[in-house]
Amino acid sequence: MATNPQSKVSGAIANGAKPWITHDQEPFIKISNLTKKFGDFTAVDNVSLEIYREELFCLLGGSGCGKSTLLRMLAGFEAPTSGKIEIDGQDMSGVAPFDRPTNMMFQSYALFPHMSVEKNVAYGLLRDGVSKNDAYSQVNEMLKLVQLEDFGKRKPDQLSGGQRQRVALARSLIKRPKLLLLDEPLGALDKKLREETQFELINIQESLGVTFIVVTHDQEEAMTLSTRIGVMNEGEIVQVGEPREVYEFPQSRFVADFIGSVNIFEGRVSDDAIDYVRIKSEDANCEIHVSHGVSCTENQKLWFAIRPEKMTVTHKKPHKTKLAKFNWISGIVDEIAYQGNLSVYRIKLESGKVVRITKSNRLRHDEDEITWDDKVYVSWEDTAGVVLTQ
Amino acid sequence: MSKTMGHKPQQGLLGWFKRRGRTLVIAIPFWWLMVFFLIPFAVVFKISFAEAIIARPPYSQLFTFAENGVVQIKLVIANYGYLLEDSLYISAYWSSIKIAFVSTLITLLVAYPMAYYIARSPLRRRNVLLMLIILPFWTSFLLRVYAWIGILKTNGIINNVLMWLGITNEPFVMMQTDFAVYVAIVYTYLPFMVLPLFTNLVKLDQSLLEASNDLGANSLTTFFKITLPLSVPGIIAGSMLVFIPVVGEFVIPALLGGPDTLMIGKVLWNEFFSNRDWPVASAVAIVMLVLLVIPIMLLRNAQNASHEEGA
Repeated sequence: MATNPQSKVSGAIANGAKPWITHDQEPFIKISNLTKKFGDFTAVDNVSLEIYREELFCLLGGSGCGKSTLLRMLAGFEAPTSGKIEIDGQDMSGVAPFDRPTNMMFQSYALFPHMSVEKNVAYGLLRDGVSKNDAYSQVNEMLKLVQLEDFGKRKPDQLSGGQRQRVALARSLIKRPKLLLLDEPLGALDKKLREETQFELINIQESLGVTFIVVTHDQEEAMTLSTRIGVMNEGEIVQVGEPREVYEFPQSRFVADFIGSVNIFEGRVSDDAIDYVRIKSEDANCEIHVSHGVSCTENQKLWFAIRPEKMTVTHKKPHKTKLAKFNWISGIVDEIAYQGNLSVYRIKLESGKVVRITKSNRLRHDEDEITWDDKVYVSWEDTAGVVLTQ
Repeated sequence: MSKTMGHKPQQGLLGWFKRRGRTLVIAIPFWWLMVFFLIPFAVVFKISFAEAIIARPPYSQLFTFAENGVVQIKLVIANYGYLLEDSLYISAYWSSIKIAFVSTLITLLVAYPMAYYIARSPLRRRNVLLMLIILPFWTSFLLRVYAWIGILKTNGIINNVLMWLGITNEPFVMMQTDFAVYVAIVYTYLPFMVLPLFTNLVKLDQSLLEASNDLGANSLTTFFKITLPLSVPGIIAGSMLVFIPVVGEFVIPALLGGPDTLMIGKVLWNEFFSNRDWPVASAVAIVMLVLLVIPIMLLRNAQNASHEEGA
């Protein structure tokens, strides 16, 4: 991309660089103590965030968590109540949307209904005084990139949802913004198309080397797309991390529960050593052994979170030579959902708590098939779960 | 469907009403409009081909029965020819269309910012403002035109205030001028322009304006590139609602206009009531209708064509 001044570093993140760990780069976007209030309601609450060049950063959260407001402040549609946004070292306070080095792809796509696809895409270039010939040759290139080269003359209402989504993407990319903001970019597509488009989006992002900030409520989408995820709740960023980090090492019950599904046992510390912790949980009706140290005090109340796929369900009592009395519980199969590639079991423990366990169906026919009302044993490795203190 | 099919069709008037109710509800007003537009139109059309005579009614019969039982039809086309001969009619048509065009334009220019502002207001204020737009309809149209006489006349409110402020020593002559006609027309027809524009502008998707802003267009460019083109249907609807009745407007030019204010409505009135030449008056009316219908048809065709292009 000759027109892209950032081309010299293009692909660094795509090749596995992690500036948020190595800190060998200045952050591209610096959000400091950003707050937005609408009357009494605080939509965004003291958010600080650093995003690096060419990242594909996802803001993930439920509806009303402030993620869209944060995005609109980056685009310049909302003025922050307090705090600062810097893009590429430039303070954005008081800079109008049309003077910002950002472009936005709207959730509704916001295509101009009275203009053809070509004119929609050319709009941004023509506003910058690019000559018509130049603009339209760039438009053709961009339409090729999103595989719509034959649709230039059509009006938006003559396109399918997926095509419209790509026009919106082309229009927001045509000016080669330093930063592209995407508000639920795949939200209006059906599941299958969404999955295909996710990868297309990543390819386009990597080939153009534009920094993306994507707002989404779909955790699967966030996991697939992003270099890092910022999980938001009630206006605050509750955790920032790479997808694996956020999934495997959630820092709070909210994050653990919001991303993927999880079984959470409440308990108290019964034995706190340097290299392990034991938690006595009435929920689980057993003692939980965790093979790493946790900074906590004796008898402190905390939570043990474990993902459904990290638990095993068997008919036979698990016999382990070491630590035989920990990390297994008996229960009754309450519900089974067969989903083809995996089965989901809801198992009622003796304590009355119901846990969710998934098991991939590796065998086409299982001799020892688990079925309704079976008495089963649920067990897990001592590294499988996370201890949460909040 | 199967559920209703299973029921036995109800007998009697009630059953008939249930089955035909929907058609009936639409058909009654439809036929009302058809009948009470088409019959008078046919009558006027017939009279326009008659000859003026001193009688009651003051025109000759189209069909006469000769003694041998043969029906005679007598068509007089001279009435239409007369409209071309006397330059009064052509200049009256021309002046009506000109006045209607100019006042539609002024109304549009005044109404657009109003409609835009109302559409952008928060819901509560929007309702109050819409109420204010409709409020003048609570008083009679005639009364409001008379009120303008009080405002515009030589010793009226405007002149009194201007002279009291010392801005002028001589009162301005505003009554019996085209100016007074324009003022009253724009005032009277403003709601008919504001309301269709409002209904159009209120539907405008805000994210389109944000997208335009985001792509580098300032507010002014955004208005001309996005808002204005998308509000064209509202502009057309409003302009039709103003232009068409203004062409035939009679009361305003009669009360506020001077002897120079030539409008076809006034000519028509004179022809009917002063000259008692019903056939010529009818011809004037028919020609006016044709003059109005043709541009409307052309406009509709153009609109349909642009829709086809889109489809």
